[in-house]
Amino acid sequence: MARYVLRRLLLALPALFGLVILTFVLSRVIPGDPAATLAGDGATPAQIAELRAQYGLDRPILEQAVIHVRQVLTGDFGRSIFSGRPVAEEIAQRLPATLELTFAALFLATFLGIPLGLVAALNHNGPVDHLVRLLSVGGLAIASFWLAIMLQLVFSMDLDVLPLRGRVDVATGLPPRVTGFVLVDSLVAGRPDMFMDALRHLALPAITLSLPGLATIARFTRSGVLETLQKDFVLYARAAGYGRIRLAAIYVLRNAVTLVVTQVGLLFGALISGAVAVEAIFDWPGLGTYAVQAILSADYKALLAVTMVVGVVYAVVNVTVDVAQALIDPRVAEDAR
Amino acid sequence: MSAPVLAVEGLGVRLRSDRGIADILDDVSITVPRGGTVGVVGESGCGKSTLLRAILGILPRGAEPPKGRILFEGRDILPDRAASARGRIGFVPQDPYLSLNPVFRAGDQILEIMRRHARGSRAEHKRRLVELFRAVQLPDPEAALRKYPHQFSGGQRQRLLIAAAMSCDPALIIADEPTTALDVTTQREILALLRGLVVERGLSLLFVTHDFGVLANLCAEVTVLYAGRVAEAGPTRDVLDAPRHPYTRLLLACHPDRATDLLGIPGTVPAATAQPGGCRFHPRCPIIHSGCVVEPPPLLPLPGDRAVACPWHADPLPETIGG
Repeated sequence: MARYVLRRLLLALPALFGLVILTFVLSRVIPGDPAATLAGDGATPAQIAELRAQYGLDRPILEQAVIHVRQVLTGDFGRSIFSGRPVAEEIAQRLPATLELTFAALFLATFLGIPLGLVAALNHNGPVDHLVRLLSVGGLAIASFWLAIMLQLVFSMDLDVLPLRGRVDVATGLPPRVTGFVLVDSLVAGRPDMFMDALRHLALPAITLSLPGLATIARFTRSGVLETLQKDFVLYARAAGYGRIRLAAIYVLRNAVTLVVTQVGLLFGALISGAVAVEAIFDWPGLGTYAVQAILSADYKALLAVTMVVGVVYAVVNVTVDVAQALIDPRVAEDAR
Repeated sequence: MSAPVLAVEGLGVRLRSDRGIADILDDVSITVPRGGTVGVVGESGCGKSTLLRAILGILPRGAEPPKGRILFEGRDILPDRAASARGRIGFVPQDPYLSLNPVFRAGDQILEIMRRHARGSRAEHKRRLVELFRAVQLPDPEAALRKYPHQFSGGQRQRLLIAAAMSCDPALIIADEPTTALDVTTQREILALLRGLVVERGLSLLFVTHDFGVLANLCAEVTVLYAGRVAEAGPTRDVLDAPRHPYTRLLLACHPDRATDLLGIPGTVPAATAQPGGCRFHPRCPIIHSGCVVEPPPLLPLPGDRAVACPWHADPLPETIGG
């Protein structure tokens, strides 16, 4: 098992290195001269040239690449062309907000999606099953920005039970930063009021973001359970007198979720890209809004850093998923040898 | 004579599906005396598996409530879908490769059965299971508890499943062609093991097979099923030596050495949704009479504890067929 985890980790490294190179190449291919943007409309060619020199944009491309790789490896993403502040610092500020949102969405998707899929499969072709199928088609078909606005209209405007936007209430404020996760920090600070406030702010964006994932997970759980129910070992277990609930919720589900776990890994990428739109609508101070801002201002330093950080998070999630799968199904680790 | 362990009386199972209504079993009666060994034999599709599923209370979806009674140790277990008899009926399934869940330890899967149906603590169950593993000659019984199914060979998995069948102190073992998925040498070992355990522990056995060789070795009595009905029943020796139903006679005539599988007779077993009227064997029968098409023949008792569902059982078969 330890060997398997190590192997997975080592396999993630070349992917990450590839990402470093690819982001660099892309940043040089995208149109727009960052120096010119930074210098402003009325800048003279001399001023632009000066800025180019300042950011190292006048050096040979290979040299720039080497510098880039070295910087990324040391966690130094340079200064933002837009704000002039260190990019690493800005990202560290915003990453927890995005992670908090995506993890909350993933949590909702998993812990609602799996039971829904299970119940649907156990009531195959029954009313619950049809409802879940409708939900899973709808969840994938509904555009998140539309859903976000509808949720805002109903829960913030009409019912006025949940906040419209933002991560915390201005009056309540942020807890002292420990992890950057408001839900965690508020508890560390011993402020349940802040925790509840953060939770209320998190609700609508997390629900919006979770819906496609919820739909996917419910669908894969459903088909996984239906497939597993056909297996001889289920018939055998019934003949041997396993309890109905134990059979469905543990014996069958564990086989069924191997499929689902793979999906969770893939979903995470979709969640992070989905977070861009959701963050914009809910004014969530995360990486998504940061990335949008970076794109609009041609801040390639910031964009590179965002891409790298998301790539690393994605790689970590997928290694975790691989390990989870090996824990669920012992054959996975052995087949990989 | 004491009461039989298992008495299936007039069992009828009807399945509804998209393809229509199928009478999978019709008026089937089988008795397993205490300490007795009874074989059920027939081609695929004759209803053997459905019979076992009815006894084990795991009839497929779409099955109507079965007709008749299934008495286990004197109690009708049909109404509660065999729940009361679980544990007391040990089941050895057909395919050891597919019958264990690959993502759970084999030992844990058996311990779960024991947790539900056997007395005692988990520690006692473990101790008993290790003893059983020893009895079924699994190598390294202590370590076997912690292994996953894929870490065992096919023969070892069938030993595991035999241990599982024995785990809750059963009165009756039901085995569904437990050796068909195994290679020939392993088959012999498994059958010898099963026979040894049944004799040694004074258990009763209901054994389903399509292999007359196995049947002769293992079972004192036999019931021949054809298309969901009993064609013939009696002591295995007598039935094999002098079969009376045209179906049994053809089967055995096809294979004089009797050690091979039941294979061909002209025609095939009718589809369960399209059973012929009258005697279900009549479309393939060489000695068909006009009456055979009209009414299902009753099971006629014969001397020597035998029975046959054919009024023409004394007639010779035409020379040209079956030889």
